[in-house]
This record gives sequence, C-alpha cells and structure tokens, in this order.
Amino acid sequence: MTTRVLMTGNESIARGLIENGCSMALSYPGTPASEILPAVAKWRNALALPMHVRWAVNEKIAFETAYAGSIAGLRTAVSMKQVGLNVALDPFMSAAYMGVKGGFIVISADDPGPHSSQTEQDSRMTAMCALVPTLDPSDPEQAGDFVGLAYELSESYEVPVMLRPTTRVCHGGQDIGLNEIFSRPCNPELIRDPARWAATPKFRYDLHKKLNEKLSAIAEYALTEPRCLNPDVKASKAVIASGVAYAHLKEIAEDLGLTADVAIWQVVQPFPLHKKFIADLLSGYDEILVIEETSPVIEMQISDRYKVRGRMSGHVPRAGELLPETVEDLVREFCGLPARHVTPPSGIVSKRPCLCAGCPHRASFFAAKKAFPDAIYTSDIGCYTLGANLGAIDTVLCMGASIGQASGFYHAFSLAGKHKDVVATIGDSTFFHSGTAPLMDAVIQDSRFVLVILDNFTTAMTGNQPTPACGIDACGSDMPKLAIEDVVKGCGAGFCRVGNPYDLPDFISLLKEAGSYAKERGVAVVIARYPCLVDKRGRDARADIIGVEVSERCNGCGYCIKQFECPAIEYDEVNRRAVINQAACSGCGVCLHVCPSGAIEKAGGDE
Amino acid sequence: MSDTVNRQQIFLSGLGGQGILFITHLLAETAVSMGYNTHTAETHGMAQRGGVVVSHLKVGAFTSPLIRPGMADILMLLSRGNMEPHRLYLKPGGIIIGNASPAKAAPEGLWIDADAAALEIGQPRSTNLVLVGFAVSAMKKIGRGMFCAADDIRNALYAKLSGRDKILESSLAAFEYGIACAERGKDG
Repeated sequence: MTTRVLMTGNESIARGLIENGCSMALSYPGTPASEILPAVAKWRNALALPMHVRWAVNEKIAFETAYAGSIAGLRTAVSMKQVGLNVALDPFMSAAYMGVKGGFIVISADDPGPHSSQTEQDSRMTAMCALVPTLDPSDPEQAGDFVGLAYELSESYEVPVMLRPTTRVCHGGQDIGLNEIFSRPCNPELIRDPARWAATPKFRYDLHKKLNEKLSAIAEYALTEPRCLNPDVKASKAVIASGVAYAHLKEIAEDLGLTADVAIWQVVQPFPLHKKFIADLLSGYDEILVIEETSPVIEMQISDRYKVRGRMSGHVPRAGELLPETVEDLVREFCGLPARHVTPPSGIVSKRPCLCAGCPHRASFFAAKKAFPDAIYTSDIGCYTLGANLGAIDTVLCMGASIGQASGFYHAFSLAGKHKDVVATIGDSTFFHSGTAPLMDAVIQDSRFVLVILDNFTTAMTGNQPTPACGIDACGSDMPKLAIEDVVKGCGAGFCRVGNPYDLPDFISLLKEAGSYAKERGVAVVIARYPCLVDKRGRDARADIIGVEVSERCNGCGYCIKQFECPAIEYDEVNRRAVINQAACSGCGVCLHVCPSGAIEKAGGDE
Repeated sequence: MSDTVNRQQIFLSGLGGQGILFITHLLAETAVSMGYNTHTAETHGMAQRGGVVVSHLKVGAFTSPLIRPGMADILMLLSRGNMEPHRLYLKPGGIIIGNASPAKAAPEGLWIDADAAALEIGQPRSTNLVLVGFAVSAMKKIGRGMFCAADDIRNALYAKLSGRDKILESSLAAFEYGIACAERGKDG
C-alpha cells in the first residue's frame, strides 16, 4: 500500500513534477501559486536530484528560461499566478507556434473570487487565445496526476501544455498517495533548426498552420477525453463541469440523488474541447448546463447555443467564485428541484486586513503623508497595498505600475502648468520584477516625482520568498546578489538615498529632501530599508525593542487609530482612549512620533 | 477511531495570526493517519494579514473542499466575533465550540476562555491548541464525539513536530491544558 499523506494542491503539483522527471522548474511568487516551487525545492534537496529550481526576477524570464530547457530536450515547468501569465504572455503566445522538444508545462493558477488578485481572469481563455491545450484539475490529487498527463500530451504533439489549477485546488489539502521517483537521464541538446526556433514571419505562417493541425488531433486525444460519472444513466439532461466546480458538482449530485436521472461529466481538457464529445452532447441531450470558472471556455466551444445554459446564457453568475452553494442552486434549478433553504448571515465580518504590528511599511507611508500631505500617491502590488487603509495610496494597477503612473500624473499636471507632488511606493521584489524599465523611462521623460522603494529584504505577501538582493536561491543555497542602489543608479536616477523608516523624523526629512530634488531636477529615489518582521531573517536582525504605553495625555481623538492603524494600538471604548495591546506590540517605537498630543511614551521611561 | 462518526465537516474560523492553519493541518493529518479521506480548504495571501481567516475540514467521503452553509457538524471559533457571520455554516443540531471570555461567551455551544488559559500556562500564542484539546474532550463529555480521540491528535502532534522538541513540548502542554479545562468543566 502506498503511504497517503496530506498535501496541498501546490505540493501535489510539485510532487507530480518530481515524479515525472522535471529537470528545470522556475517561477515568480504569486498567490495562489507561490508554494509550488518551494515544494519542488524541498524534494529536490531531500532526494538530491539534479534539478535547476529557481525564482526568476519575473514570470516572463521564468517562462523563457524553462522554455529553453524544453527546447534542449528536458522536461521543464514554469509556475505563476494568472496575472503573472500576463507578464509572460509574449513568450507564451510565441512558444505555442514553435512548440517544444522536452515536455513543457505552464502552470497558471487562477483566483476566482478574487481572494488575492487584481482580476478574476481565466487562464484557460488566455491559453485558448494562444492556442495552447489546457488541463483543469478538480482537486489536489488530480492536480498532481495531471502533471504526468500534461508531459505526455506535451511530448506527443510537441506543444506547451497549460495546467490550470484554481485557488481551491492550490490551497486545498487532500490525502494523496506518493509514487516512486525514477531518475531520468539529463542529456540536453540543441538540434539547430532556425526555421523553427528563430522563425521569421514566413515560417511563422507555416508554424501556425501546423499548430492548428496539432490542436485538431489533440481534440481527439484519448487520455484527456471528458469523463462521465454515471455512464449507464439514460438522461435527457447533462451537467458538464471542470476544475473545482466538478468536485462540488459530484458531491452535490450524490447528496441530492441526481446520478440516476442526470448525466454528470467532468471536462479534463477544456481547450481544445473534444470534437466527438461536442457532437455527442448535442445529439444525446436536450438540455446541457455548463459549470466552469471563470470564463465560458467550454460553453463557447459547444456550437449549438440553443441547448446550452451557462455564463453566456446568463444562467451561471458571470463574476465571483462558484461556491458549492451556488453550484447547488444551479443544479437544483436545472433539475427542477425545490430551492435550497437559505439562512442569511446574522452579522458581518468587520475585521479588515491591515499591515502587521511593527511593519516598516506603515512607518514609510506615515512619513510620506507627513512629508507630502497633498501628493498623489501611486502604489503597487504587495503587502504594502494595505497602505490604502492609511490613506497613503491613490492608485494600484499592476506590478510596476506605480512608477509609470507617477510619471503619467506628473506630466498630466505639468501640461496644465501645475506642479503636483507625486509619490510612488513599490516593494523591493516588485521593483526588481517590473520597476526598472519604468524607472529608466521616467528618467528619460524627465518626470519629476519621488519613488520610495520599500525594501524589507523579502517577498512578504506571498510567503517571504527571497528577492534578487538576498543572495539565496529557492533551494536555500547562496547565489550572486544585486544591490537595489546599484540598479537604481544604473537606471539613471540622479538621487538615490537609503533611510530607515523606523527613525521617523529623519526619514521624513529625507523624503522632503528628495521632494525638493524631484521638483527641480528629476526622479528622486528613496530606499526605505528595514526587514519584514514576519520573516525570520528580519526578526533576527532586529535592533532595540522599544516598549511603549499611552499616558494620561491621551484625549481619545483617535488620530493614531485612523492615521497609523497599528493592530497593537486599540481603542478602549469605555474609557475613550487609546491603549497598547502589549501582546501584539512589536516594540518598533514608531508610534512615539505619531500622537499629536505626545501621549504615546516609552514604557517606564520619563518621557 | 470513533464508532459512530464516518463523516464530519468542521468549519474553523479565526483571525490572521491565531494559528487556524496549524490546527486545520493538525486535525487533517490526524484524519489521514486514521485512514479517512480528507479535504481541507484554507485562506492564504493578503487576508492572512490580520483579517478573518477560515478553514474548511471535511473528513470522510466528500469530494468538494468547501462546506456548504447549513452542513457543518462543528463550528470551531478562535474569535468570538466570527460567530454571527459564520453561524450559517452550522447544520441544525451542529455544535459550536468557541474561545471567549465568560462575559462574552454565547448561550449556545461549548466555550472556553482559551486566550486566558494560554496565558495561564505562559503560552499566549497557543490559544489554538488549547481550543483543540478542549474541543475533543468537551465533545466526548456530551456524547458527541469528534471523528478522532485525544490520542489520535496527540500522535499526529508527535509526527508533525518530530525533531522540534521544544515546540512539541509546549504544543502538547497547551493541548493537554485544553483537555483538563474541559474535564473540570471550565467553560463560559
């Protein structure tokens, strides 16, 4: 008997990569895909496998690196979140035409909800646009199993294959059996073929035609055919689902006793949808309900719209996660069952996420508000997006956009002859990911703003992965590192200074100095440097812990609560004053400078 | 293994930093070690920064990772404030097990001041394990067993924290203290 262990979908995918002889795995962290690469690294280290496992600076580079390994004949993979695929879209589109040698899997994890993303976009739709076949696992175990299937498909037709899990698959846990690991020979070889690997437009046309032929064949590929839960049923109705929606559907259909009356299908490969399946659906059933997240990818491939209900017909909600209760409602309505009894919630969830106690970003944002009270604040993607709670963020668009947008706002106002202070905030990992090109651009466009790089030595939001400045790779080994200052100077910024946001008064002065420079001469960069306290390396590097307390001078104005929002400063409704929750306080001491009445003091001190 | 329970759905709810993920994994690993099919769903990413964090644990023959409203056998609350918004997940006759001070505990359900209990043993961050110990013992006491016994969880803790002796010792202490609180009827 194989041992069964609890694994998340991300760990299961990682295990699948290990079990199927993946030689190169690359990624850039992003929820819900972040834990795939660390799990690969864990097994690579434990089993001493010859594998290249690395965080890349961004998804595009991760993609290109892994893809080159595939051209050289190795089994490789790249993993990312769905918006990461946008960053990697350029090579993704092109790689579909050129195809692969060794199996190549593009793992793009979607986040219906969204729980921790800017969009609810469906990577299957992007794959359809790129003409890349896609597998859609419904649970963690299947996610791991589909890795092997994806490699077979990829190598059989020499195409990249997308594996598209969603948040509930990535972060679901399940008991999963471990299979044996076979060591595979690693014999990289580039068989020169410039007409393919460096194709000019004339050859691209041929490659496009070839890709269409491959897709036709893949639409008949036996191993990825849709699977029927109840093949013996005689039914006029069918419910088709893919991904986690199928896991919900199966449980609900069995609970409601529907399997004797309605055909239940799982689509394993939403694109390209199997041709025979489409024909059989239309000839075999009178009514068809399609349940999938988050775009109508399966639905739109079923040519006869008359019989089909789904997102396009308006039967399935067009936004938001398909929760099992939603699936139950859809199935009940489709099968003519009475509606589910709904209990409305009797209270609302009032606690919103906020920056951690002692987070250096809080100090940086507070300083930015003090130094530039009327500025436009552009920001970026990471923990620090929570700076919006402090009123220190006006815009967040996508990775790296804080800088391009700052440039844009400056020029928009200067067109009208007005000067407007603009302050961009971006995290260290995000700066490396996509901040350098817009910084170079801002320099050459003569844009005037202050860029604050929030350098906490880690990619905090996604689980404290190392940044290019850390000198540690995904497997925990030393690697070369970059200094943010050098990169900033290399991008041409004439002002680059480092400050510690914990030293709040000095840091505010530094920001003002940067502001003066920016107004007269060009982009000014301030690196706000202090380690993340969630990260062990950060905690180990801590300087003095400063105990604080609230004195009698507190008049209960609530300024610290609203403007500083530290989870360790609470409002005592009975006594109408601020109190320090000592269990939550990190001892950063920044709040000593926050209270307008000076009521926050060093604990036990004389002032 | 309990004689009566072959399927159980537990909805766990708390705030970021309270250790919901740890006890979800612990209970799930307990279930796997007992040979149950097991599914979990949990919150990652931005919501973990101090926001409301929930986990779904389904033990037995299920395929969906999520608990539908009105289907949970147990609603386990690390934060009293989460009861009202998450009460709807509990099935009729389901059990609420929660952490609250005696003044704030609700009339229904089994309550323990797990924050105070964790402080008493000098481990303010072990509220979660105190609550788990309390749950498994208090439910047995009222004849509504969990899918596992205290020993099953103990074994899973040993397996989970093997080689990390200090954490294992303090985790076990918190778990045992929760059991002791239930046995002497220390609830809200």
